[in-house]
Amino acid sequence: MNPLEQLRETWRRDQVFDFVQPAPDFSTKVDTTHGPILYVEDVSVSFDGFKALNNLNLYIDDGELRCIIGPNGAGKTTMMDVITGKTRPDTGSVWFGQRMNLLKLSEHEIARGGIGRKFQKPTIFEALSVFENLELATASNKHVWYTLNKSLTGEQLDRIDEVLKLIGLKEQFRMEAGALSHGQKQWLEIGMLLMQNPRVLLVDEPVAGMTGEEVEHTAELLTSLAGRHSVIVVEHDMAFVRSIARKVTVLHQGSVLAEGTMDQVQNDPRVVEVYLGE
Amino acid sequence: MLTQRLLLSDRGGMLVLGLVLLTAIIVPILNLAVPSDSPLYVSNYTVALLGKFLCFALLALSVDLIWGYAGILSLGHGAFFSLGGYAMGMYLMRQIGDRGVYGHPELMDFMVVLNWDKLPWYWQGFDMFWFAMLMVLLVPGLLALVFGWLAFRSRVTGVYFAIITQALTYALMLAFFRNEMGFGGNNGLNDFKEILGFDLAAKTTRVGLFVASAFALIIGYMACRYIVTSRMGRVIIAIRDAESRTRFSGYQVESYKLWLFVFSAMLAAVAGALYVPQVGIINPGEFSPLNSIEMVVWVATGGRGTLFGAIVGAFSVNYAKTFFTTFSPETWLFILGGLFVLVTLLLPKGIVGLFDRFSRKGDKQ
Repeated sequence: MNPLEQLRETWRRDQVFDFVQPAPDFSTKVDTTHGPILYVEDVSVSFDGFKALNNLNLYIDDGELRCIIGPNGAGKTTMMDVITGKTRPDTGSVWFGQRMNLLKLSEHEIARGGIGRKFQKPTIFEALSVFENLELATASNKHVWYTLNKSLTGEQLDRIDEVLKLIGLKEQFRMEAGALSHGQKQWLEIGMLLMQNPRVLLVDEPVAGMTGEEVEHTAELLTSLAGRHSVIVVEHDMAFVRSIARKVTVLHQGSVLAEGTMDQVQNDPRVVEVYLGE
Repeated sequence: MLTQRLLLSDRGGMLVLGLVLLTAIIVPILNLAVPSDSPLYVSNYTVALLGKFLCFALLALSVDLIWGYAGILSLGHGAFFSLGGYAMGMYLMRQIGDRGVYGHPELMDFMVVLNWDKLPWYWQGFDMFWFAMLMVLLVPGLLALVFGWLAFRSRVTGVYFAIITQALTYALMLAFFRNEMGFGGNNGLNDFKEILGFDLAAKTTRVGLFVASAFALIIGYMACRYIVTSRMGRVIIAIRDAESRTRFSGYQVESYKLWLFVFSAMLAAVAGALYVPQVGIINPGEFSPLNSIEMVVWVATGGRGTLFGAIVGAFSVNYAKTFFTTFSPETWLFILGGLFVLVTLLLPKGIVGLFDRFSRKGDKQ
């Protein structure tokens, strides 16, 4: 952007300056009076000429459970990177509620503001115990001096207890997290997200590498979370998507190809073409 | 509750600290109260040597804190150590007064040689002990703050960070070699006379410095324990194991790294400040990149990520160094290199890990 454009941008008549924007904070209620909690509009990202996202538009309602599917390279992970602040888009806007511009916030601010993310490969703190993993994820003051001197309050400890029950790791709470099974690690990571008290959960391939029973359990867990949280699930496993999905979005080449119930989407000729070829 | 957290849960650390405390009590007695022809007599040489090792142990502690816990490999901790040493050296130089070779009341000998007519501004205030001590902490702390802020903000990690810290200490070495810098150039600062009015050549002063080093090590160890057992310490371990997860859990990773780096730099600086009056000289050679690498070898040998392992490592490697450089100086570098290879291949947890393995075997039988 050259200086002239920059100046023009600054003096735009509908300019909203940063200092009027609210700071991301748990106490700030996310403004969802118009329905959606997450607005992703006209977002484009390109890496060395390759368009990972191409004018992507996506609206997530408060409390909804949304599944996002799409072939490899459709831009699912890039979309999550944009929402969580890891990647900055070339164009477009991303708003959390109506007042938080996510493109102006850094990763930890977005996380504190109420968007939790689970990675494709379970990412937990292997050298720490299950309890300590949840302790670190707990929504609280996360500044250096505070963590040096203060321990958790009783209320927060109760919450850890609750989450331990929910993810079924009550017995293993002293265990080193690195020693858990693959499925248990996935659950622990989901538990860590819950400790953050997020409004939106982004879950990347939660059932990859799980046994049938574990998949069932995870489906139950995610559906029970919807309502209190908005949950966005990216998944390849169609059977799993069918078992939890109410609304499905299909991504293809960086933009939305189709949106609707699982049946609508599966019968859409364009989707069939993308998935099955000519 | 705090003693439980800092001490009782840390058996190895208690053992090592107990030994340090014991040395701090016994060595002065054997040096001062026992006649020099008795077999129990500890020579002045040994006191000075052990005092040096105590400073190295504190230095190793600072390296372990940043490398073992946060996973940030700094190959430039020698820079902070030396800067602390120089700040102390400047105080000691100002104490010489007009007893220098040229007898100038205010200027150092090397400044007289350079034909300077007044004290440079950055030498002002160093005649006061408290000011010098403040600078011991402030100068390396500030350097670490600026350097760390730039590096961590740009997300420089791993081997790249190690390389730029090497460059940092190398650049400082070249700068301090220059005579015009006003730090004595090649010769550095030496020929100290007294500290706080005590004669540096006196036996009691040397013993005093020795005891001070031992207590600095104990206090430094406690401070490190306090950090690593707090929630902040767990965040730091979390950053080491899964940095992006920590970030997405809402922690500002950079500020955690930065504070730990600054604290570690200050700890190294205190070690340097205690080291200089005991060896009687500080010169740019201390900035040598090789020194900084050696510190990492101490920690690796002792066992990283345990804190007390760093103390064990600093003592054993430096003892070996003293032994070999006395009996066959040319083999020492080969032994150091061999040691590093051996530890990396066979003892990933260092000497401390070895004891751990034995004691666990003992438990099973």
